[in-house]
Order: sequence, then C-alpha cells, then structure tokens
Amino acid sequence: MKILLLAAPCLLALAVPLYNSDSPRLFGFPFFYWALIGLVPVSALFIYAVFKMDGGK
Amino acid sequence: MIAHLNWTATLVFVAFFALVTGLGFIAGRWRAGDLDDLAEWGLGGRRFGAWVSWFLIGGDLYTAYTVIAVPAVVYAVGAYGMFAIPYTILIYPLLYLTFPRLWAVTRAKGYITAADYVDGRYGNRWLALAVALTGILATMPYIALQLVGMEKVISALGFEGGPWASHLPLTIAFIILAIYTYQSGLRAPAMIAFVKDIMIYIFVIAAVIVVPLKLGGYGAVFDAAGAALAKKAALSGKPAGLTLLPAQIMPFITLAIGSAMALFMYPHSMTGILAANSGTAIRKNAYMLPAYSLVLGFIAIMGYMALAAGIEVKNPQDVVPQLFLKMFPSWFAGFAFAGIAIGALVPAAVMSIGAANTFTRNVWKPFVDPGIGSKEEADLAKLMSLIVKVGALIVILVMPTTFALDLQLLGGVWMIQVFPAVVFGLFTRWFSGWALLAGWAIGMVVGTGLAAGPLAWTPVHAVFGLGFSAYNGLIAFVLNVAVAGALSALLPNTAPDATRAADYEDEALA
Repeated sequence: MKILLLAAPCLLALAVPLYNSDSPRLFGFPFFYWALIGLVPVSALFIYAVFKMDGGK
Repeated sequence: MIAHLNWTATLVFVAFFALVTGLGFIAGRWRAGDLDDLAEWGLGGRRFGAWVSWFLIGGDLYTAYTVIAVPAVVYAVGAYGMFAIPYTILIYPLLYLTFPRLWAVTRAKGYITAADYVDGRYGNRWLALAVALTGILATMPYIALQLVGMEKVISALGFEGGPWASHLPLTIAFIILAIYTYQSGLRAPAMIAFVKDIMIYIFVIAAVIVVPLKLGGYGAVFDAAGAALAKKAALSGKPAGLTLLPAQIMPFITLAIGSAMALFMYPHSMTGILAANSGTAIRKNAYMLPAYSLVLGFIAIMGYMALAAGIEVKNPQDVVPQLFLKMFPSWFAGFAFAGIAIGALVPAAVMSIGAANTFTRNVWKPFVDPGIGSKEEADLAKLMSLIVKVGALIVILVMPTTFALDLQLLGGVWMIQVFPAVVFGLFTRWFSGWALLAGWAIGMVVGTGLAAGPLAWTPVHAVFGLGFSAYNGLIAFVLNVAVAGALSALLPNTAPDATRAADYEDEALA
C-alpha cells in the first residue's frame, strides 16, 4: 500500500501522453504545464500520507 | 570595465553578498563543534533538524545553475525543458524509501560518504574507490557550472572587459567562498542557504505575479511563446513547441528517470542529506522539499516569459538576467541577481565539501595513509575543498563553457552507474562487490561511448530494436545491472559485511 502511494505520483509524472496537450487551459496555462506543476504538491501529499501511516509526527 | 555598470543593481548585489560573507565566517560558531573532526567540519556534526535540512538541501539541489539553465532550455526548445519537473517529482519518493536507511547505517558506523558505506557493506575497497572517483569526477564540472551561473548575473550587472578583467569579480567571490568554507565547513552553506532560499522565493513570486501582469496574463504569455517557438522550429528544423512531439516523449521520460537516479548519488546530495539529525528529519523533507520543485516549475516558465517579452539573446543562458533587467527596477534586479549568485555559493560549498570528504575518506585514507589521525583527516579535507574549488575556477577561466557543460552532462551518466552499489545495497546483499564493480565499469564505458556523438556530446541515443531514443545514462544503467546480476549469480557474495540488519533501522520508525 505504501509503495503504491509513493509510486502513484511517479507513474502519473511519467505518463506523458496523458498530459501532452495544450487544452484544457487553466488560468492561461496549457494542460501540459498546469498538470505537471500541479502534480508537485499532489506528490508531496502522497508522501505525507505515507509518513503518517509510518507513524510520523 | 565598469563604464556600463548598473550602479543601483550592483550596490544591492554587493550589499547582500557582504551579508552572506559575514554569515559564512561566523557560521563556524553556530551549534559549535570540534571543527578538527571530519564529521563536524564535513557533516555539521549531523545536527541539522528538519527545517535546517530543508533550507540546506533545497539550497544544495536547486542550484544557481538550475535557475539559469532550466529556463534557458525552455526558452530555446519549449516543453522538452520541462523534464526537470517529472524529474523532481520522482526524487522524493526515492528519498523517502532509501535515505533514512542510509542515514541510519552511516550514523551507526560513523560513515561520512557513500563510498564509506559501500566499503563496509561489500568489504571491497576497490568498489568503494570506484564510487568515490565517480563522485569526484562528476562533481568538478558541476562546481564549474555554478560559476557559470554566477558569471551570467555578474555580466548582466554591466561588468565587461578582456578575459581577465571580466572574470575578476567572479574570482574574488570565489576566493571568499573558499576561505569561509575552509574555516566553517558545512555550517557555512547551511547558514547562507537561509538567505539564499528566501531571496529566491521572493524573486520568483514577484516574477510570477508581475511579469504576466505586464504581458497581458499567462494565456498571452503562452500564446506568444508558442508562436515564437514555432518560428524557431521552422528556422532551425529542430523540434520546439509548447507540447512534446511524439519522438521527444521517450527521451523526456528516460531523462527524467535517469536524472532522478543520478541526483542523490552525487557527493553533495549525500553530504546535505546525511547531515540531518534523524531519519525522521529526512522523511519530513521528502514531503517538504517539493515546495522547491513548485518554485522550479515557475522558474522554468520564465523561459516563456522571456520569449513573450521579446527578449533576444545570443546565449539562452542570459534570458533570466535579461528578463529581470527588462521587467523590474534596477534595485530589484540587483536583489534577484544576488539571490542567484548566493544560490551558486551554497551548492559550490557543499559540492567541494562532499568531494573533499570523499577524497580524504575513500582515496587518501585507504590507499595512501591508512594510519591518518582524526585531526589530520579533517585538515586534509579542508585543504582538498580549496583544491577542488581552484580546479573548478581554472576550468572556467581557461576552457570554453561548453566543456564544463558537456562534462556535467556526462557526470549525470556516470553517477547513475553507482546506483546499484549504493541503493540496491540498502535492501539486499545478493550482489557481490566484484560483480558490481564490473557492472560499474561496463556502465561507465558504454554511457560515455554513447554520449560521444560524431559532432557533439549527445544526451540521448536510439535503443537498438525498440524504435525509440532513451537517455544514455539509463541505457548504460540497464547494462550495468545486467552484468552485475549475471556475475553475482555465477560468483555469489561471500565477502564480510561490516553492517548488521539493525543498523539500517532508525529509532523513530522501526
């Protein structure tokens, strides 16, 4: 489970054909850019979740 | 030499530079330890908590060169330059899984470098030597590139002149850096990193808000950049655009994976992370450090802002300084340039410390003077940190910049080749030391050979029979693991292991 949570954002980041397009745009950003940049905080949340599951404080 | 100097920007620049110089010298007294001990000088006594580590590692990994080079690639070719983002998404899960274990075993055993650990784990000092030399070799051009980043902002201030006069400010800055690193060790960059990181956050946030306001919003920025890239692609015949062409996708993916695997193998990454005071501090950083990746995403977009602002430069590496000069008042440009220059000092200091630790512990001690005492060890490392920096300075002064750039590209290819010995070893001892050494040698030769193109060094190469191109480092890594695996199956590992399973577990999370 923990491995899956850590792997998920990595696999999404590498699934380039999923986000390699201009539309839909968000605040003027083509999809390619807002998807990639938006994935960064999402990946941090996944790691934080694993940290909590490991009993981290 | 200074006829076209931008005085306001230069004064702000010099003021901030003076501030961090002062910090660098008093840093030795911060959480004071015995600086005649290598773990104190070279790892800050492993005393840095989660927040200090966050500033130090952030300042160490997201270098001045990154701030200059990533937008430069985006400016030149567009979407392909964004590989830096998936790359920095991949590194933190990897950090979370591996480095708390490496931290625990290095502390339990008093190891300071990756090669120390490899030596203990596999009982093979030749494998340790290979890991050490790879790290030193890859670090030298990386330090040189930090100087390139610094030089770009200094020349944007208006310093000009012959080859020697124009290098003078850089040389002075570097000598100052060398002296306080010598004196204060890892505490100096740790303290300076606070200033650097805050400055970079400030100027990136300012750019993210102000520049699109002046250019008509992000939609207009991307549209103008897309049109400019289409024009470039039509002129040069090379791919450029806001999204990737199908042929660019595999190089993009493999470059991200390979760069992520290489990053933490560099001695400066090791040094920054192993200086943490607990495995938990490292785990916290795995979810705190992505904040820098977010900033990096916006720094990359500055390449498009420059295109939209109509900035024309001969060398794409000048785009960020030129963007700030054009979009902001001089004092703020001076502030941003100081942030970038200080951003070169932090990694340059950590890199020279990492290389010096490695040379002292894994080249000098085992092969030249096994009986070296603790104080002599620290003295030698301090001296090495000076030599490494002088070497990097000479590379920049006498060789063309492309030389350092090519070497740095190769450096990444080389660093991945120690990944099996360092990271696999944290989880299994199935691989034998000699097999890993053979795999490393094959990886180094193949990786370097693939990079040597007929005209220039190339980062990617067609994979035979698969119909796509992939990052050289990753192709070489696959061969490396195949060789190491095959030989380990033939000749099982029988060497002694200085570490025990319990050494890898840290007290917080068992």
